Amino acid sequence: MELKVLGQDGAAAAGGCASSGCGGSSDALAHLPAAIRAKVHNHPCYSEEAHHHYARMHVAVAPACNIQCHYCNRKYDCANESRPGVVSELLTPDQAVKKVMAVAANIPQMTVLGIAGPGDPLANPARTLDTFRQLSQKAPDIKLCVSTNGLALPAVVDELCQHNIDHVTITINCVDPDVGAKIYPWIFWNSRRIKGRKGAEILIEQQQKGLEMLVARGVLVKVNSVMIPGVNDEHLKEVSRVVKAKGAFLHNVMPLIAEAEHGTFFGVMGQRGPTHDELQVLQDACAGDMAMMRHCRQCRADAVGMLGEDRGDEFTLDKIESMEIDYAKAMERRKEVHATIEANREAQRKKTGETFISIASLRAPKKATRPVLMAVATTGGGVINQHFGHAREFLIYEASAQDVRFIGHRKVDLYCSGVDTCGYTDTVISKTIRTLSGCEAVLCAKIGYEPWGLLEAAGIAPNGEHALEPIEEAVAAVYREMVRDGRLDTPTLTETRLRA
Amino acid sequence: MAFQIIEGCVNCWACAPLCPSEAIYEARPHFRVDAGKCGECEGDYADPQCASICPIEGVILDGLGVPANPPGSLTGIPPGLMAAAMAEIQAR
Repeated sequence: MELKVLGQDGAAAAGGCASSGCGGSSDALAHLPAAIRAKVHNHPCYSEEAHHHYARMHVAVAPACNIQCHYCNRKYDCANESRPGVVSELLTPDQAVKKVMAVAANIPQMTVLGIAGPGDPLANPARTLDTFRQLSQKAPDIKLCVSTNGLALPAVVDELCQHNIDHVTITINCVDPDVGAKIYPWIFWNSRRIKGRKGAEILIEQQQKGLEMLVARGVLVKVNSVMIPGVNDEHLKEVSRVVKAKGAFLHNVMPLIAEAEHGTFFGVMGQRGPTHDELQVLQDACAGDMAMMRHCRQCRADAVGMLGEDRGDEFTLDKIESMEIDYAKAMERRKEVHATIEANREAQRKKTGETFISIASLRAPKKATRPVLMAVATTGGGVINQHFGHAREFLIYEASAQDVRFIGHRKVDLYCSGVDTCGYTDTVISKTIRTLSGCEAVLCAKIGYEPWGLLEAAGIAPNGEHALEPIEEAVAAVYREMVRDGRLDTPTLTETRLRA
Repeated sequence: MAFQIIEGCVNCWACAPLCPSEAIYEARPHFRVDAGKCGECEGDYADPQCASICPIEGVILDGLGVPANPPGSLTGIPPGLMAAAMAEIQAR
């Protein structure tokens, strides 16, 4: 089969290149107005492409919460866990501002500061708003964001808008109070605890009202939803339709994290989370209605650094105390670094446009080859640059005859690294192989001899030949090899099983 | 008479800012109520505020030493129905 290269063949260039490296901004957002795309262009949490290049941080200034979610344990202090609602150190607004300034000086890729908890930021309005007020003055180049359950949103929306906040995330798990009653046992509203369906009804009402008010004020709204099998999985399609109709610009469907050792109601009761497949099928179903986000890492409420990494340990209160920082100089440096990143992105985009092998041109005239899932080890920058053994998470891409599509990420040890405390006897490699189930190749910078053999035995082809290459080009190249070698003529294990 | 916060409190901070008497203070191993200040919200609110937002069953006692949020009151599942609820949830 002859492979054509984009740029040499005008027709191929027009043939749907839907990969995010080709479209400029993240392709999931391509349909959005230019003004919105410009706003999210360097926001790692909103733009799939930006998350390879830019960093974010959360400051944990908001401890109190005004609702109970069955997937949340309000005991938030844990150093070993990485999931929303967990922090190591609660900060006052002054401490938080100091920390942000220190991080922004030391990690110049930083573009975004969010307040996400560990409770609900808007249930702590004084602490949250004070932090925003100070930062909008001291670091005007940093974007400010907030996430909320939405209950207090209508009440504070005007004050929030005064502080130059142009991104808000609302967690909306349902628009039906009967579904809500299975997720929220109670809310605190007008100085009373309100339980069951009635509480869920008020919460939903306030969330929807808050969403409408933000949209009316020109604030970008992303909606987060936690997918809970048997509770709201089917219902989230309806949620997606409703929030899109009301003007939310992005929907982020995340898997439920529920382990007994987390002490959450769902964890203790044995509620399961979705499988990778179930999550992907739901995300695909919702994608028909609006832009879907698939690169969310479900960060801690005090995460620091690039998505998927946490450098919080470098910026504890006692460490930042001894740092000497020239704020004005730091802001200059950020400006320079961001300009360099943008130049690199532009160059990558151009290079990609010129040399990207059009997957569309691989389409065999008579029979289409099946799509393949591949895992990628990267530390960022949009290239394959991580040793297999060092990867704590993998990005998952689907290569098909049409395009290369980012599907999501999978963490190897999302919940806890305390092997001794949690009683896991699994080896790291067997855990990793389980994490990669469904993938047929793993692309990394390097890989050891032993894991190589184990991966092959598990039907996952290790591949270290594309080190330092842009991810999507490499995935396309590996897919091309698979087509060439006739490996896609045989059905996958899963397909064989399904047919049996 | 005063409310009390006892062992089991997870230091989530929800109660402290709500107290009309500023009777709740941060302490180790857990938050505490200053019995001299607590007025059980009488005259201020229909429901005692700390007990109305506390997410943990059994850790706030009223003036008589009785848990304001007894077992099952916050999960919505009475202890006798726990096994059945668990079976239903695990079947999802």
